[in-house]
Amino acid sequence: MWRVGTVVALHDETSSARTITLEVPDWPGHVAGQHVDVRLTASDGYSAVRSYSIASAPNPEKRVEITVERLPDGEVSPYLTQELAVGDRLELRGPIGGWFVWRTEQTEAIQLIAGGSGMVPLMAMIRSRAASGSTVPFRLLYSVREPGAILFRDELEKRSNQDRAVMLAYAYTRVAPKDWPRPPGRIDAALIAEATWPSKLGPTCYVCGPTPFVEIAAGFLSACGNRSDKIKTERFGPTGAKK
Amino acid sequence: MSSPMDYLDGNAAAGELSRLFVMDITTAEGKCAYCGATKRFAEAHLYMEGPGIVARCCVCEHVLLRFVNGRQRAFLDLRGMSYLCFDTA
Repeated sequence: MWRVGTVVALHDETSSARTITLEVPDWPGHVAGQHVDVRLTASDGYSAVRSYSIASAPNPEKRVEITVERLPDGEVSPYLTQELAVGDRLELRGPIGGWFVWRTEQTEAIQLIAGGSGMVPLMAMIRSRAASGSTVPFRLLYSVREPGAILFRDELEKRSNQDRAVMLAYAYTRVAPKDWPRPPGRIDAALIAEATWPSKLGPTCYVCGPTPFVEIAAGFLSACGNRSDKIKTERFGPTGAKK
Repeated sequence: MSSPMDYLDGNAAAGELSRLFVMDITTAEGKCAYCGATKRFAEAHLYMEGPGIVARCCVCEHVLLRFVNGRQRAFLDLRGMSYLCFDTA
């Protein structure tokens, strides 16, 4: 079932990512971690569907935010990040998925691991935790190309400063800030061991990113002693449906 | 041919399959008819590059589900799973 949302705000997160806020009158509510399908239809009837994770916490205002990374050769993302204007309407299907979600009733420690724009559903979890008044300890390991590519940077800093129960760690794959202790590179076993909860705490782990990143991160989590049923993953790729 | 890392996961098919399934399929447990592994559909490896959707077992890579959507008709092949168990609570 397709719903119609109206764009009420646009916000650039980085030079290539934009947050689109939609008002969806018949929105039934969502849970942090869920996604929506967005359908664009051309005047000749050709249509394209893509999946985007919801960035916003559940809210009573029937607002849905998605954060879209522009892919240079993309069919949909250049339109969403460059041409879409406030007042435009988009067709949405969702909310979708009950597996890769964090529910406010959960009481165990939470480990989030994001690769690139895999940060989006995890941001919804961090926002949902804050909005619900949950005091569950959250830890985030965010692997990103370079400092300028960090999504929600100011908000993440603010939330981790205000509330020590949200611990942040960044890992850079291409360019690190000056004097950063770890040289740029892919995540490795040592980093996962150092920047994630000890497995004896029994955390639930949420890993979201491109497929190779997710496989590597989930493998290291498992090697650190985390049970496979406590590691939830969501993969995306530029050619498939996930943003 | 598929390269080893070009799959997504069952989450990515959930929107399209919601046209057929009233309940959320990502949390449903499916038993692989080949290796017997019982996993959530969200954990399946999903291939979407072709004209349809193919979900494969994340343990043995055998085909669990095929879905092809034509102009007027949709085909669903589920013979790779001996069952799908939905939580109705």
